[in-house]
Amino acid sequence: MISLSDITQWIHKMLFQYLNGTVAYGAELVLAGVAVIALVVAMAIIMVYAERKFAGFFQMRWGPNRVGKWGTLQAIADTVKLMLKECITPNNADKPMFKLAPIIITVVGFLALAPFAFAKGIVLWDMNIGVFYVTAISSLSVIGILMGGWASNNKYSLLGALRSGAQIVSYELSAGLSIAAIIVMSGSMSLNDIILAQTDGWWILRGHIPAIIAFVISIIASTAEANRSPFDLAEGEQELTGGYHTEYSGIQFALFFLAEYTTMFILAMLNITLFLGGWMPFHIPGLTVFNHIMDFIPGIVWFFGKTFFILFLMIWFRWTFPRMRIDKLLKLEWKYLLPISIVNLLFAAFITLMGWHF
Amino acid sequence: MQTLVISTPQDYIPVAIQAVVALAFVVVVIIASNLLGPKRKTEEKLKNFECGIEQVGNARRPYSVKYFLIAILFVLFDVEVIFMYPWAVNFRTLGAFGFWEMMVFTIILLAGFLYVLLKGAFNWQKREE
Repeated sequence: MISLSDITQWIHKMLFQYLNGTVAYGAELVLAGVAVIALVVAMAIIMVYAERKFAGFFQMRWGPNRVGKWGTLQAIADTVKLMLKECITPNNADKPMFKLAPIIITVVGFLALAPFAFAKGIVLWDMNIGVFYVTAISSLSVIGILMGGWASNNKYSLLGALRSGAQIVSYELSAGLSIAAIIVMSGSMSLNDIILAQTDGWWILRGHIPAIIAFVISIIASTAEANRSPFDLAEGEQELTGGYHTEYSGIQFALFFLAEYTTMFILAMLNITLFLGGWMPFHIPGLTVFNHIMDFIPGIVWFFGKTFFILFLMIWFRWTFPRMRIDKLLKLEWKYLLPISIVNLLFAAFITLMGWHF
Repeated sequence: MQTLVISTPQDYIPVAIQAVVALAFVVVVIIASNLLGPKRKTEEKLKNFECGIEQVGNARRPYSVKYFLIAILFVLFDVEVIFMYPWAVNFRTLGAFGFWEMMVFTIILLAGFLYVLLKGAFNWQKREE
């Protein structure tokens, strides 16, 4: 069976055969970067389609079904349409800032993908600060949102950007603390090491109570950080027209949209890496035959299967819960999730100290 | 015992290259779209859309101080969260000592949190239920 690491090793060998060391190394990194971007763009297109189709099914209608078979080409058609549209910069806007905002938010989204391990040995940048890097970089996206909202010179955009800023920075705290709970258990910040620590079972099973609490908090915080419903006050169509990207059109709007889906994708990948074992198959210690059968499913299938499960959860939330009010949203974080996750971190440390996890 | 891994600036080259690739992608897409798309600018089109009707006044005006308060509190608490990361990585080597140290740290942190809570910093309305 051909695994993904065979393909990358083949490319690696080819490059080093025909080019000298430094150039080959550089070319390899550029290729990897392009591959990751292509993956994200493909994921965003799939997600847009999946989201609209699921939205249709949740509401007992068909969803997109005109372009292509079952409407599968709808998202691609939308992308092409947005490419061919005119980019309008309003006269009142702060022009350099207005143009810079979508660039910053998209670049930041792509950068946060670097340390993820997609399958065994498929990691662009295996670094000892992996998790920390992801949280640090992905929280930079709030700057792009604030810039866009402020530069638009539009009261509703400003309000949406401020709400989004307050919301993202608040939920950053409990997300960070629930991530720290897993770091305590696995003793490393490298995403690759965290996955390898889960060979005998995923943290959500091995770490039982603290890991489950951390997982629930992390999912809530991820939904809020991605500005997804029920926490999508930043765009709240009924009250703020479109939130921070009201004034954007054409490709600039598409970039904001892409960044939103990239954030969702990154947070889903982070959650599965920390709690559900990343590409690690489902193992039960002792059941050798069962473990071998599970090993036959390639890591990349496990990885994307789990990622899509979390993404599906996020879509499900959107069509299940009504939107929250901004004060209640911040109250939920500051009065409940933050103290719970601080205590949970200590609890996880206690469980690790006593060796009470499996 | 973990082996000490010292990272060098060379370890960050992949990220630098990825930043360049990502930036190039975004710039190329924007330039391509500008070349492909129409350019018909009119007075009406270049006005702010806002909510669809004519814009009244300017958006550069004061906004609720609550957002500022949230941002300040975030800075305070985020620094504490960042302190917890190195502790979390080294927790297994620190053992019981690390646990009790963090207990003290957390009690002080929660005392501060309680103060902020009782001051009513998280209440957006004057009267809270």
